[in-house]
Amino acid sequence: MKVNEAAVAGTLESSDVMVTVEPGEGIQLSIDSSVINQYGRAIRATVLETLDRLEVTDAKVTVVDHGALDCTIKARVECAVFRAEGVSEKNIPWGGAVR
Amino acid sequence: MRKPEKNRLRRTMMFMSAQKPALVKDAYIFGADSVILDLEDAVAENQKDAARFSLYHTLKSVDYGSTERVVRINALDTPHWAEDVRVCVAGGADAIRIAKCESAKDVQVIDEAVTAAEKEFGVPEGTTLLMAALESPMGIINALEICKASPRMFGIALSGGDYRRCLHTKYYPSGSEMLAARGQMIIAARAAGVQCFDTVFTNFNDMEGFRAETQLIKEMGFDGKSIVTPKQLAIAHEIFAPTAKEIAEAERVVFAIRENAKKGVGIFLVDGKMLDIAFVEGAERTLSLAKATGLYKGDLV
Repeated sequence: MKVNEAAVAGTLESSDVMVTVEPGEGIQLSIDSSVINQYGRAIRATVLETLDRLEVTDAKVTVVDHGALDCTIKARVECAVFRAEGVSEKNIPWGGAVR
Repeated sequence: MRKPEKNRLRRTMMFMSAQKPALVKDAYIFGADSVILDLEDAVAENQKDAARFSLYHTLKSVDYGSTERVVRINALDTPHWAEDVRVCVAGGADAIRIAKCESAKDVQVIDEAVTAAEKEFGVPEGTTLLMAALESPMGIINALEICKASPRMFGIALSGGDYRRCLHTKYYPSGSEMLAARGQMIIAARAAGVQCFDTVFTNFNDMEGFRAETQLIKEMGFDGKSIVTPKQLAIAHEIFAPTAKEIAEAERVVFAIRENAKKGVGIFLVDGKMLDIAFVEGAERTLSLAKATGLYKGDLV
């Protein structure tokens, strides 16, 4: 998928994560987390895996995490990317690229 | 593969927004019989898409154990319901709650969409159950046809806020404003062989009011109550649990009916009361409920 414009998904509430995607070259990922020392690598791995699954190769991705579970991180990254392409409302490939 | 359980225990069905990770990540710990992950009123209009992504991964990743996972989808007059149905089926929700249901046709439209989604996602046909929320006078009038509209239907629920507004009334502690709707619904549900659930009680600090309302609907025959806070769980479960006296009585009734049937006796006395076969179903239901709630360990049911 292509990140054509900036999009955001998620909130700054506890157990949530706010993910911003913007057009960029290559993957530029920055992570701010309340649990960065314990889970920074795991968060990074989940974000990168999700982007890879969605075939996003070029994007600036900003993650502000407040203790989100893995499944929440995936959901927010996916939503942000689908919003950036303007296709987040219907015909989502549940169980395909989104899994 | 999970099996649809139309007649399972549903004393409490607890609402929570599918869009709130802090709520849905461990909602099973409270012990509600069912949770209702909400895509409708609890989710802002511009967050419907995000709620579906969140819902999908919650359904796929969080183990709710024996807690049933129902999803309330957006109403048919919105642009959201079709994608809501797809994500529910793809994620493996146990059931879908149809909001603002007014006719059998409403149920059938959702039923067809669910069947199409089950085909699309390789889910055995009939796995996903349906329930309908009745929120308007038309929904109440059509309660029976709604209950019978699909073999997926396991129950109907009253939605009090919208219904009171339609009726030009408000909440009264006596429940008089809801008497007609509740009466019509429980009769329709029993005639159709489905379950019946009451509306939420939204004053979280009025526990006595909650207790009184739950007692009322239990006496009317309802199967359970929608709740919005774990604070209300224990009271609802206490009210819906059979008492030790009721369990002992039911045990004696079932035993006596079975023993007398073997001897060819149809009418007899138990504890001074005249009984016949008509009493067995109620007694067995009491024992089944007691067994499901861990209050009965015997083998009569």
